[in-house]
Amino acid sequence: MSWNSLLGSIITLLGSIFLFLGALGVYRMPDLYNRMQAGTKSTTLGTMLTLLGIGICHYEWLGQVLILIIFIALTNPISSHALARAAHFKGIPLTAKSVTDKLKEEESKAEVL
Amino acid sequence: MNKIVKIVFSTIVLTLFYFIWTRTTSVNNILVIAGLGLFVSIIYRNYLRSPILSPKKIAYAIFYVFYLFIEIIKANIDVALRVIKPVIPINPGIVKVKTKLKSPMGRLLLTSSITLTPGTLTVDIDGDTLYIHWIDVKDKEESGATEKIVSNFEKYLEVIFG
Amino acid sequence: MDKLPEIILHISTYFVSAGIILATLRLIKGPTMADRAVALDTFTVISISLIVLIACIAGRVIFLDVGMVYAILSFIGVVAVARYIEGGL
Repeated sequence: MSWNSLLGSIITLLGSIFLFLGALGVYRMPDLYNRMQAGTKSTTLGTMLTLLGIGICHYEWLGQVLILIIFIALTNPISSHALARAAHFKGIPLTAKSVTDKLKEEESKAEVL
Repeated sequence: MNKIVKIVFSTIVLTLFYFIWTRTTSVNNILVIAGLGLFVSIIYRNYLRSPILSPKKIAYAIFYVFYLFIEIIKANIDVALRVIKPVIPINPGIVKVKTKLKSPMGRLLLTSSITLTPGTLTVDIDGDTLYIHWIDVKDKEESGATEKIVSNFEKYLEVIFG
Repeated sequence: MDKLPEIILHISTYFVSAGIILATLRLIKGPTMADRAVALDTFTVISISLIVLIACIAGRVIFLDVGMVYAILSFIGVVAVARYIEGGL
């Protein structure tokens, strides 16, 4: 047993637990925006940790894995931002517990003018 | 002249990425990829941007990456603690904040960082106004929300992107 | 003791698969199209981790290329779906 494979597999386990909790958040949260919060944050860190752990296990793959990590860290927030913008444009409401919605106020002001 | 330096630099970066991905040692292979990289760089010659580098900016960029990583870990622990409770404790809403950054790249990094940090998600951007979905609204007013969400990142990004 | 890293990798595969099942349930249940798009986004990013885990367990480097292409296509697909929901396509 080599130490780098043990360390890598433990990091991978941590990342997979974050991925599982993110998916649980996507399943349990009450509305689209909260779901997206859970989904984006947990999948970004979870994928980064999982891939990094595998890169430590097989250190000859580290370069490829780092390129994948950079790609995911750059594109994941952008795709979630595009989805959130589209959903708000379409008029999908926030959950009933919400306290404020400044963007909607702004849009209705623009309609009146 | 400036444009040629940018094209050559972009070609080298693309070839380097291919080399890291495949770890090939054949010279012919790398020459073909360098030609393709040159072709792609010439197509995108008007979109290549290079920031003016200085040691202070590089130091701030490295520190920013570490700061962002710590914030991402905090965000994940926050999400995990919310998700496993029987009744999810949320107090959500969309708030409006203002940013002082001017460059498009700085704004892109700011919105991505906001999305990855605890409890906030960028919904829309309109000029210098950002609309942010906040899972636990502490301050409905613009100035208070700006101070709580944006100002921590702006300190670094203002130096890096000027 | 010698097999410990491999066992931990298998346990993480179970966690990731459970995540994929939960995302699929939301994909089936989601009341609107945007909810399904969010579930699909989560699903694809988790799948990339599963593909790379399979690459590590099977010891075959070709799965990393599969994961990269899957990441690029899923990003473009999600952005296209977002444009469609917005009415831009």
